[in-house]
Amino acid sequence: MLSMGNSTFEIAINAVKTILVFFMMVQAVPILVWLERRGSAFIQNRFGPNRVGPLGLIQLLADAVKFLTKEDFAPEAGNRFLFYCAPVFALIPAAIAYMAIPMSVPLVTESYTFLIQGYEVNVGIVFILGISSLAAYTILMAGWGSGSKFSLMGALRASAQIISYELALGLAIVGVILLYGTFNLTEMIHAQAGAFHFSAFGYTITAPWAPNWGIFYQPVGAILFFAAAFAESNRLPFDLAEGEAELVAGFHTEYGGFKMLMFFIGEYGHMMIASGLMVTFYFGGYSIWAATPADVQQWFADTLSVSNQVANILSVIAHFLCYTVKFAIFLWIFIHVRWTLPRFRYDQLMDLGWKTMLPWALANTIITATVIFVTSYFIL
Amino acid sequence: MPLGGVIFITLFIAAFGTFLIFLARWTGGKAKKTSQAKFDVYECGIIGEEKKDTKISVKFYLTAILFILFDIEIIFMYPWASNFKSFIASGVGLYMFASMMIFLVIFIFGLWWEIRSKALEWD
Repeated sequence: MLSMGNSTFEIAINAVKTILVFFMMVQAVPILVWLERRGSAFIQNRFGPNRVGPLGLIQLLADAVKFLTKEDFAPEAGNRFLFYCAPVFALIPAAIAYMAIPMSVPLVTESYTFLIQGYEVNVGIVFILGISSLAAYTILMAGWGSGSKFSLMGALRASAQIISYELALGLAIVGVILLYGTFNLTEMIHAQAGAFHFSAFGYTITAPWAPNWGIFYQPVGAILFFAAAFAESNRLPFDLAEGEAELVAGFHTEYGGFKMLMFFIGEYGHMMIASGLMVTFYFGGYSIWAATPADVQQWFADTLSVSNQVANILSVIAHFLCYTVKFAIFLWIFIHVRWTLPRFRYDQLMDLGWKTMLPWALANTIITATVIFVTSYFIL
Repeated sequence: MPLGGVIFITLFIAAFGTFLIFLARWTGGKAKKTSQAKFDVYECGIIGEEKKDTKISVKFYLTAILFILFDIEIIFMYPWASNFKSFIASGVGLYMFASMMIFLVIFIFGLWWEIRSKALEWD
């Protein structure tokens, strides 16, 4: 149960894979920060960082050097242990939840099947939801450990907001589970691969030019999930935790230097989880437009007349690129929304979560269950 | 179960994060106490008085209690949702559908009561 594999080779592969995915996440953060700063500059009609390196691309490397030279500060009023623990724990939930998201088809060799993800969890949804909501503890630790009332109020607001939107998020996912009948993310992606086909009353409608994505079956669920994901990752328009007009900087008021950077890695990690889940649930995961993974591999083998082994490798690369493109589009939507919409007032935020999104998610669940029941129970 | 992998990477990230904290401490050095004000909690230019035992609204506790109730009800729906298609295939679809709808009526009544009793009003 506790082992990471059956042989030394498997254990080594699993360990290297998890470390690799973690560093991929950490490496994506400078690019995202650069994209966010250039994107906001583009939206607000200014230049943004453009001095360090081509297009300002290595700006964050320079920032990291600056962070390293900052003196290490902890406020005297706070709890030093919690104050130093919080940024370390900010890294953990985001990274271990992201590892359960599949990023490409498995690479099959004669003796071993490499999964292109950190590890496969057969109850993927429950695992990711459970782990990523541990972020509330990080924020509370930071708020309590700082010993400042701005930090504490920001942390309380953030945790109340995270748990409130957790309900709408969890209930929006019930529609997805009803649709695919599984908790396993890989099985969900397989259910969405290939051309559009829909069975109702014993008939099957097919459209070979359209993909079989979840968004066509769960449009309301997709919108609710994405909106709740914004609240879960504390991004505008839901960033009440760090509303600078009223709370200075929220739970990280007393933080600076490298500790601040670690909170940033955690926040961007949550954005990545939200984008990855959005792609996996509603946009076919790594699957290519209206084609199953087997089709893609066959196409590579036929058109390039290569062996199945090479075709498999090419198919892994193609699916990974496809996943990355979809993933990047959602990350860009996160950034674009942040620089487009204003912030909510706190009571509006709570009302939206409890009185608007929760009833809509309930209605979505009931309608999905009814449609599945009626269309598959009664055969005309 | 990938539990071994989860525990391994958790420990790895914790070690990595601790390393970063110590690295920043080593390269940046400890903060020099040039004045007392530097080490006081942040305040907007005046002398800070309030400590972290500031009174906080009871609404936060209420929200947390309501969250636990509703979250358990939602988690209760997960196994039902993942098995719903196989229930239909095995012929007990009507029974499972009706029983979950009865549960949802209770859920909706709870939400309606919560809204009506003004448990969610922030003023």
